[in-house]
Amino acid sequence: MSTATIVKLPPQETASLPKRSYLNNEYGLKSWLLTGDHKRIAILYLISITFFFFIGGAMAGLIRLELLTPQSDLMAMDTYNKVFTMHGIIMVFLFLVPSVPATIGNFLIPIMVGAKDLAFPKVNLLSWYLYIFAGCFTLAALILGGVDTGWTFTTPLSTHYLNTHVITAGLGIFIAGFSSIFTGLNFIVTIHRMRAPGMTWFRLPLFVWSNYAASILMVLGTPVLAITLVLVILERAIGIGVFDPAKGGDPLLFQHLFWFYSHPAVYIMILPGMGVISEVISTFSRKRVFGYTAVAFSSVAIAVFGFFVWAHHMFIMGVSNYSALVFSLLTMLVAVPSAIKIFNWAATLYKGSITFETPMLYAFGFMGLFTIGGLTGVFLGSLGMDIHLTETYFIVAHFHFVMVGGMLMAFLSGIHFWWPKMTGRMYPEALSKLAALITFIGFNLTFFPQFIVGYLGMPRRYASYPPEFQVLNVLSTAGATVLGVGYLLPMIYLTWSLKHGKIAGNNPWQATGLEWQIQSPPLTENFVETPIVDHEAYDYEWLAHQTEHEVQTVG
Amino acid sequence: MDSQAIATQPEHGHEEHPPYLRHHFATVEQQRETASFGMWLFLLTEIMFFGGLFTAYLIYRNWYYPAFVAGSHQLSIFLGTLNTAVLICSSFTMAMGVHAAEMKWRKPLVGWLLATIFLGCVFLGVKAVEYHEKWEKHHVPGLNFSTQDFTHPSAQYKEEPPLPPDMAAKTQVYFSLYFAMTGMHALHMIIGVSILLVLVVRAWAGAYTAGHMTTIENFGLYWHFVDIVWIFLFPLLYLISRHQ
Repeated sequence: MSTATIVKLPPQETASLPKRSYLNNEYGLKSWLLTGDHKRIAILYLISITFFFFIGGAMAGLIRLELLTPQSDLMAMDTYNKVFTMHGIIMVFLFLVPSVPATIGNFLIPIMVGAKDLAFPKVNLLSWYLYIFAGCFTLAALILGGVDTGWTFTTPLSTHYLNTHVITAGLGIFIAGFSSIFTGLNFIVTIHRMRAPGMTWFRLPLFVWSNYAASILMVLGTPVLAITLVLVILERAIGIGVFDPAKGGDPLLFQHLFWFYSHPAVYIMILPGMGVISEVISTFSRKRVFGYTAVAFSSVAIAVFGFFVWAHHMFIMGVSNYSALVFSLLTMLVAVPSAIKIFNWAATLYKGSITFETPMLYAFGFMGLFTIGGLTGVFLGSLGMDIHLTETYFIVAHFHFVMVGGMLMAFLSGIHFWWPKMTGRMYPEALSKLAALITFIGFNLTFFPQFIVGYLGMPRRYASYPPEFQVLNVLSTAGATVLGVGYLLPMIYLTWSLKHGKIAGNNPWQATGLEWQIQSPPLTENFVETPIVDHEAYDYEWLAHQTEHEVQTVG
Repeated sequence: MDSQAIATQPEHGHEEHPPYLRHHFATVEQQRETASFGMWLFLLTEIMFFGGLFTAYLIYRNWYYPAFVAGSHQLSIFLGTLNTAVLICSSFTMAMGVHAAEMKWRKPLVGWLLATIFLGCVFLGVKAVEYHEKWEKHHVPGLNFSTQDFTHPSAQYKEEPPLPPDMAAKTQVYFSLYFAMTGMHALHMIIGVSILLVLVVRAWAGAYTAGHMTTIENFGLYWHFVDIVWIFLFPLLYLISRHQ
């Protein structure tokens, strides 16, 4: 069954990497650390977010190990609080938010729109340095003794009752926020003003559309988080009274401001992933994405609706019944554009010539897991259910289905899909399929039991739990182990492939995007001459026509 | 649908293009418009940044209106007006600076930028005087706050009715917002003055009078933005119910 494949590699005996590419036009540390090239910055980001992903992952491992037994025996309870806090902060702000945009997006958006670079290369580099500073602050908070507020920095707990490194971690997130603002700003300006001749809005690949939508959220939402953290820091450092009930402030205001960013942040994390899935599904079913315009606008619709649902995080915090009702209704509305995407991807698959390469396996994983994650989100958006399920493991399972099952699958799908473009080499196909399978199984084993244990009432954020929940927790911990293997494998074989992988050639997947029409790895200036676009995105007939008249140009 | 594709044809011969045209832009025009668009977008993020503070202000002013009135009456309307005038003047000098750059007048550009720096420093100086006064009067929340002035108004404010103790305590929220908002604004001023110092040095060397003035133009936008924030802060903080 798996014999069908569209992979077309150049003859390995004669093939070689291009003599000149962005990887070898300059050498030395300085040529990387002071680069303005969006592709090199993408690689810098890729290395750094992988580093933080494994730190965050180690924290997750500790959490699961502690929860193997009902008692809090591996670590003290306040240590456990610090571990899940650091897991959340690192995974959200240092991994998920920059994951696809800052790596794959950074690499591809200029190429996809037919430009030589992002609009502001120096700002792009600055954004990476800010990310590194943010990472240093976060690691400092971790090493100096940790933070135990949870990633949500709930006041007055964070401002008055904890004696941990809230300010250091807060500064870290503040800086990471600016890194993400600059990335988003760069993307929006690039997509508006740097498109190649003929590249109209409705010829853009859907990956560009979804990153555009995510960038709007980054640019409009993140500054609100920044000012909120400034107020928390001021409140903690000198004791001003904006959120402090003792001085007349209202802690609920903190929740409003925090979730005004942090709910859209969920879409900052997932939208670029959806863009990856659109590209992958189209390529491996050899069809134009069904309902291109609807999928493009659904990204924008998610971004717009995303700004009006934040209070669904606050149903149990004493917001008025009327506003809870309105926010519940609006939350249901977000399900509509998300469903448009899922249905259109399914319609794209229908009667397509589907092949099962690794990126496609991850994309299938995304579709299934994101659907479950999204539907349980509708449960949580309905008022009555939410009262019962909030602050339980049900909610933990829900957002891990969206973030890990959805976003991380999409990230891995994208990394596998564009790896030949980034490096010029293929990874070992059989091993990577195995890794995709292991990830899928491990993920479900880890998080599905958490739906059940949460529905039964196990609260989140405690190191201990009643013994009747142990079976499900053991399953979950076992799954986390499998999942860990699933993440280590790509790390190993992708690194291996840098030297030993097969030469990929320009277009191993026979895909239509502009990025596949140039050499792999690309030249520093991307295009020898500015491309002139005269066809829609995902036009496989155009591609077939192109390959007939193909001229192999190697820089 | 077939709307505006922006980049023009690539004529990337090396004869014609000026040294300030970055390699990834096709034309100088595209480069300038891109930078300007980026700057406007950045100002949008700044609006959202201050927006969080204005939201907090809106809510608390509705809840604790008497405390906000009493707190506002403690501010010096003279210094506030003076600073408003100083900032409006600095916006004028900045606009003149942009004009000078447009006209490629090197020395007038430096002069107008120096005048802007001077006015920016005057503003910060006056702000420092005001902060000092707040410290003397025990109006700094968290560090040395006392509701004395609001429960027992001094001779200077004897026409003010004393606030009941629970409302007097809320003046602390007013002053928290006062310091957060004017403090964030002052921080933007300090950043602005620091950038201006760099711009002056480079303008003296002739960097912006050779046809490439995007930096000056964009900094002008930033400076006007910071000015406009103050135009909102002044009535909201200083002029609450002054007719009473």
